[in-house]
This record gives sequence, C-alpha cells and structure tokens, in this order.
Amino acid sequence: MSDSILELRDVRTHFPVSQGFLLKRDLGTVKAVDGVTLSLARGEVLGLVGESGCGKSTLARTILQLVPTTGGAVVLEGKNLTTGSAAELHHVRRDLQMVFQDPYASLNPRLTVYATLAEPLLVHRVCAPADVPARVTELMTVVGLAPRFMQKYPHEFSGGQRQRIAIARALALQPKVIIADEPVSALDVSIQAQILNLLAQLVRRMNLSLVFIAHDLSVVKHISDRVAVMYLGKIVELGRAEDIIERPRHPYTRALVSAIPTPNPDIERTRQRIVLPGDPPSPMNPPAGCAFHPRCPYAEEKCRLAVPPLAPFDAREVACLRLAEITSPGH
Amino acid sequence: MPLLNVTDLRTYFHTRSGVYRAVDGVSFSVERGETLGIVGESGSGKSVTCYSIMGLIPTPPGRIESGTALFDGTDLLHCSPAQARAIRGKRVAMIFQDPMTSLNPYMRISEQLIEPLLIHEKISRRDALVRALAMLESVGINDAQKRIHLYPHEFSGGMRQRVMIAMALITKPELLIADEPTTALDVTVQAQILELIKKMQRELGMAVVFITHDLGVVSGLCDRVQVMYAGRVVETADVRTLFHSPQHPYTRGLQRSIPSLQPKGAELYTISGLPPDVSKPLPGCAFAPRCEFAREICVNRDAQLAEVAPGQAHACTRVQLGEL
Repeated sequence: MSDSILELRDVRTHFPVSQGFLLKRDLGTVKAVDGVTLSLARGEVLGLVGESGCGKSTLARTILQLVPTTGGAVVLEGKNLTTGSAAELHHVRRDLQMVFQDPYASLNPRLTVYATLAEPLLVHRVCAPADVPARVTELMTVVGLAPRFMQKYPHEFSGGQRQRIAIARALALQPKVIIADEPVSALDVSIQAQILNLLAQLVRRMNLSLVFIAHDLSVVKHISDRVAVMYLGKIVELGRAEDIIERPRHPYTRALVSAIPTPNPDIERTRQRIVLPGDPPSPMNPPAGCAFHPRCPYAEEKCRLAVPPLAPFDAREVACLRLAEITSPGH
Repeated sequence: MPLLNVTDLRTYFHTRSGVYRAVDGVSFSVERGETLGIVGESGSGKSVTCYSIMGLIPTPPGRIESGTALFDGTDLLHCSPAQARAIRGKRVAMIFQDPMTSLNPYMRISEQLIEPLLIHEKISRRDALVRALAMLESVGINDAQKRIHLYPHEFSGGMRQRVMIAMALITKPELLIADEPTTALDVTVQAQILELIKKMQRELGMAVVFITHDLGVVSGLCDRVQVMYAGRVVETADVRTLFHSPQHPYTRGLQRSIPSLQPKGAELYTISGLPPDVSKPLPGCAFAPRCEFAREICVNRDAQLAEVAPGQAHACTRVQLGEL
C-alpha cells in the first residue's frame, strides 16, 4: 500500500527458554511471533485478535521494539526500526506510542497527572518548558478529563479515568501510530463504551493509525477497519472487519466468532455453536504443519504436514489448506 | 416453596473510611432447577450477595446487618454452625472466578476432590476416589486416571476450572453458585465451560445462580435475570423480557452500550459519570445522578422494587408512575 505508515515484514520474535541458574539447560524456543507480515495505512484502525498466548501482545511489543526481534523488519515511514541505533529509536518513539491494558499498573503511582503528562514533553523537548502547563491542560481536555484534576494522583481516579490519563500520555508527543493492548478489557461495560468512543473520535480527528489489540471480537469489530486473527504466533486470517466477523472463513476464526455469546436470548438459544476441543497448544511446542490442526474439525492428513501460507481468498487473506473444500456449499 | 429465598439482605463493611453498604436490601428467590443470572458492574454487590449466603464474608470488617436466606426451610444466616456446615459445601456449592487461587496449590487434585465427600458423606477413601474419578471424566478431563494425582499448576486455566466444577458438583448439590466462572478464560474455553455447566445442570437437575457482567453469557444460560446497581436490585425479569423490553434506565443503558448490539462504527451510548460511592448515603434512587431521565422525585422518594407483572419487577420511580 502506498500510503502505509507502518509495515511489518516477516517479523519473528523468539524467546529462548532455559532452566537452572549456574548450569543452564536450554529447553527450547518459544516462537511468540513467527512470521507476521502486515501493513497499516494512515488513519487506519487494525484490530488484532486471538486467545491468550497467541502472541498478540508480543507483536505489539515487537513493533515498539520493547523486545528485540529475531528476524524480519518493522518499518515506520521507511525507517527500519530493527536495525536502528538507540538514539534513532529514541527519536522514532515520538511517532509510536502505546496504551496498556491495566491503567493501574502502567501509571506511576507517585506522579501526579501533571507530572505524568509533562514528562514526555520535557524528555522529547516538544515544547518550551514555559508552554508545558498549557499543553497538559489541552491534553487533559482532549481526553475528557477536567484540567482541575491536574495535581491529583492515579489512585484518586477510577479505572476509566486512569485509562484516559494513559491515552493522554500516549497522545502527548502527537504520535502517528498508537498501539493499544487490550485498552478496555479491564473496564466495565458502561466505562468501556466511553473509552471506545474516545479512541474512535481521536483516530478520526487526528488522523491517527491505531493497532487495537483485544480478545473481545464485538469490540474489535466495532472500532476496526481491518482485522487480523492470530493463532500461535501466526496470522491465520486478515481482511475487512465486517467480512471477517460476519463471514469468517478460517476454521479457527469461525470457532472464535461462534464462541462469543450474543446478548440476545433468541439468537443465543437457537444458533449452532462450534465448541473447539482442548486448549490452545503451547507455543513452545507447536504442532507440526498447520498449528491449528489438533483442534480443527476439518483437519486431515495434509494439514499435519504442510504449513499453510496466508493466501488471498474471498476478498481477504486466509491461511488454510482446505479452504476451497470447506467453504463450498454443503459445508 | 422456592429452593432459596433471600429477603432484605444487608451486608455492610465497617472500615476506617466509613461504612460501605455493599449489599443494601436485596431480596430474591431461586426455584429448583432454575438458572438465575445476577448482572452488574464491579462494586454492584453481586458477589457480596452470594458470599453472604455462603458465609464467606470476612468478619470484621464485614457484617450481615439484616436479612434471611432460607434454603429449603433453613435460614443460612441465623442457623447453628453445624446446620450451616451440613448445607454449605454439600447441598449448596460454589465456584469462583479464578481457579488458580481457589484450588490449593499444595494438594493433589485427588485430595481436593474427595475432601467434600469425606466431610459430608460416610464413605471410604477408596470409594471416594472412584467417585472423584467418575466426576473428573464427566467434566471432560481426558486421561483422568493418570491426571487425578497431579497438582493444580500442572493443569491449564480451562482444565482447572473443570476441576473446580468437578469439586463443587461431587456432592450432587441442589444449588450451584457460580461467581464469574468464565471471566478469566478465553472465549473458546468459555464456550466449553458454559456447555459443561449446562450439561451438568441437566444431569443433576440443580439450580444455578450465575454471577456475571457479560450480558451475552446471561442470554444463553439463564432463565431469569436480576440486575444490580450500588448494592440494590434495580430490575428482575425473565431473560427474554429483560432483553426485549428492559424497563429500568440503567438496564437500558447497559444494553445500549454493548458494541455488538449497535451498528458498526456508530457512537456508542454511554452512561455518564461513575458508579456511586456506597459509603455515602444514597437518598432516593442510587442511579439518579447518572440517569438522563432523573427528576426531583427520583432523589426525594426511595426507589422501591415493584412487581409490574408476574416475575417482572423494577425499581424506577418514573417508570412506575407511567412517566417513561
């Protein structure tokens, strides 16, 4: 895509696992992210979904270079972050900010809201020290917090308000891309709606690109333009949000969509649910071939042998070897 | 006669910073074999209600100020400890949100599973183990023969929740209280556990009280739903009525703020403000400060839960007056 701002090319993040202190034994490698290729356009919201352990948070951290990549490239506006020096990375981080799941843990309890929001401004010297109070006031207003709370500490706020502070902090440097890792999962429904509205509004107003990570597909569908479904470190389906969630094609996406309880008793009691057997396998010891085959209702011999590539199908990309057979009528 | 009948339950926590009215006059009943959903946001008192019935409130600071909880004729809140022990853990069982913190990490699964049997029934260890094995198999643990002697950390989250369900159901209880049993699980595993609870309910014919904040889970599982706000019940109805024609503005607001019920990309409805501080007196209707329909009368007059049709009640003064 020509107007893409962020590109991931075959990104791999592996962690060595060892046991013992003096006599370390290597137990193997966790392939948390294993060959992800993605692009994010300016002003686009990309939803990233998958179960716990599928590597979606590691992917987020890899994009920000909070963990070292094992292979591949993370390219932000033409600059490859994986090969950049620490000084270059420091500069790039202005454009790339993150909002974490737990606002209780991601805000410094000893800093007031003012100190929290002023810190990035001073570190990156985005404005003169004299202008900092005005900028902090503006940031608080943008995220819907009254500036009179400036001198309060995180514990004096509710969960939703804390998440607003975390969002304001991410916005402080006027980034081009925000990565939000489960930003509403810890919040109650009524507060969740407030934060979702805020994020959607900011994306529109500031032409931000947003990578929105969540496990709740209905939330992802609501806010995202495109959705990527991850399973065990790989993307298994990628396409427009409505296509993926209303007409999922990959057997895993189908099961995931059908597992979401719908808040409507009439639909909920009549529809067929695909209940997957077992748990997601350990990323340390992934099954051979298609990683999903041990839980897949359609798996056959060839799925155990070959790793399916992500290939175009029905206006999206899907990684499944039996796609043509299982999407024909009759299935 | 209902299996469980709770009337005017009040559980307060007396702390240094004030008295928290976590549960403030809650009444409800559960029939045999029925599934009741208790829905509410964090701090609405849904868990404390059930903890009170199960005798799990830490005292102090907690104190049950008033109320009765009649289980099959025995008041669980005022009976002798021996009477309560004979019911809790045998005829009423409970499962919790986080199976890792509610299983004992030092005990083998087998020991934890047979414990309720050894306490409540005259049964030998060997027979208890046979029952435990059968129970593990029926909650869908493969290779139960081998895995029964493992420790909790050797199981995955979903498997631990299955173990906890097996442990709760091994005495064949008449009532199961489930406190957000699937909140910590992935959706695909949540679907497995919900199916399992339904299956066990069919097999044992037990009643279930299901506490959750997820209206989606409620709609698939429950016969009746009760919505709680600030320690009080604001609405109760059978599941279809509640979803198709919610009466109380809070229930309506909750439903309208769920993304999956709204057109994609549309601005979500939000309930303004925050849940109230239950350590302060809440005159009138507790929801009034956040309610878009609130009038003077909502603050001046106590909101009473009033039955509008058999099995359907709500506590909105203005709806009761026919103004909304």
